[in-house]
Amino acid sequence: MELGFYALGRHGIRIITKVGGIFVLWGRFIASLRHIHHSPGLISEQLYVLGVKSLPLIIIISIFVGAVSAWQAAYQFKFIGAPLRYLGQAVGKAVVMELAPVLSALVIAGRVGAGITAELGSMKVTEQIDALESMGINPVRYLVMPRMIACLFMVPLLVLFANFIAIVGGLVVSVIGVEVSSETFLFGFRDSFKLADLINGLVKAGMFGFIIGLIGCYEGFNAEGGAQGVGRATTTSVVISSVLILVFNFIFAVILFRM
Amino acid sequence: MADALIQIENLKKRFNSLQVLDGVNLDIMRGQSIVIIGQSGCGKSVLLKHLIRLLDPDEGRVLFDDEDISELSSRQLIEMRRRFGMLFQSAALLDSLTVEENVGLGLKESRMHTEGQIKQIVAQKLEMVGLTGVGRKRSAELSGGMRKRVGLARAIANSPEVLLYDEPTTGLDPIKADMIDDLIVELNSRLNVTSVAVTHDMKSAFKIADRIVMLHGGKIEFDGSPAEVRATDNEVVQQFISGSSVGPIKM
Ligand SMILES: Nc1ncnc2c1ncn2[C@@H]1O[C@H](COP(=O)(O)OP(=O)(O)OP(=O)(O)O)[C@@H](O)[C@H]1O
Ligand SMILES: [Mg+2]
Repeated sequence: MELGFYALGRHGIRIITKVGGIFVLWGRFIASLRHIHHSPGLISEQLYVLGVKSLPLIIIISIFVGAVSAWQAAYQFKFIGAPLRYLGQAVGKAVVMELAPVLSALVIAGRVGAGITAELGSMKVTEQIDALESMGINPVRYLVMPRMIACLFMVPLLVLFANFIAIVGGLVVSVIGVEVSSETFLFGFRDSFKLADLINGLVKAGMFGFIIGLIGCYEGFNAEGGAQGVGRATTTSVVISSVLILVFNFIFAVILFRM
Repeated sequence: MADALIQIENLKKRFNSLQVLDGVNLDIMRGQSIVIIGQSGCGKSVLLKHLIRLLDPDEGRVLFDDEDISELSSRQLIEMRRRFGMLFQSAALLDSLTVEENVGLGLKESRMHTEGQIKQIVAQKLEMVGLTGVGRKRSAELSGGMRKRVGLARAIANSPEVLLYDEPTTGLDPIKADMIDDLIVELNSRLNVTSVAVTHDMKSAFKIADRIVMLHGGKIEFDGSPAEVRATDNEVVQQFISGSSVGPIKM
């Protein structure tokens, strides 16, 4: 029993240390923004590596996200006897407000977040981060800042793409599989489309990008114990950012859509 | 202690249950060339890392130029580190960069040199460590000994006042090792660099040191000139320099 409390206490301390560490890294990231104009090369490299290179993956998942949401909506409509001409509305709302931002963010957490943690983690355990510090280079400015900036900008941009591709995917399924004409589908989509929804989705995406970058960098910087430790850190990074993405998505919805 | 550049006072550091440093006291004079010896795992690399605050002590302090380095602001700490050059035991080259980029990284990021100057300095330092024509290679393509020498070129790139070498000659053939020893001696005598080197190679220790310090049991066991090391009747030191498995040092 006492041992149980002891373990609980140690666990608690670990969590508090982690949360504290994440906030400290956040602060150091903000402080490093002063030097943003000295790092255009590093930033553009990360914009490319984290953003542009994620595009093919985003395209593939978005097609299927759009496709399945059209299919499912049609199935539900038939079940409750709703007219299929509202398919465009349903798919459009679901994609723009929830599906594109959340599913893209989860996939990006798996690709980009894991990549950041694995890279920084292996730099940590092979003393490359110590080496940077020994040269008087701030590793937060050199490594964290470019990655955070890339995540903050590229995730919303990727989600914008995802919106577009997913609507196309939904359209294709409606026309071929459900026999709703493209005019009807697009009319429904346009009819229900609100710029505010799109912007909210993109703001959310920015928040998710921030989570992915911050957690990815934090876990990488705190990796220890060789290749195994880097593997563990990478898993932790993806798990924590995925959970945070879903939790914050819910909080965002509650704040935004008061009933 | 008029001219101590680095003062280590009662330094203690533990990792979990392992007390690695247990009260190290050491003054390093300007221009001195110190060699730290001691058995594998005794804390030599840990001690070296404390000198530029890559590790923070549990107790005690390190002074550089009479200032406690744990009290420096982050700006001052960066300035201080730029006066140092460090060769890591593992070389610790950035594997996303080429050899040239590694050597020139500190110069580039301090933004005090033009690209042309950096190129020139990098070529010069690579030549000093006997490496030419590998500048474009990535560090993953190098042999262990080459990585070490690139690490050394990187450490001396910004012409630092203090050099910390963690096993500069391990992994090198005897001729290259001797060349690196010559380079270390030259940096000390010509440029009045202060240096702290960790090594297991006694031949190289005697060549480069004007003072040899032995770390044992978390403390300084012995501190003296190379001649005093040779003449000492301290059994721990004797056993270590003769490389015998019999003696007071237990495995
Ligand atoms: N970051 C760390 N976390 C936990 N233990 C550590 C860490 N760094 C060093 N140690 C431990 O501290 C001790 C001293 O390590 P150090 O690397 O300083 O040895 P060393 O004297 O340089 O040995 P070698 O000659 O083999 O390089 C070792 O037992 C090592 O396991
Ligand atoms: Mg060592």
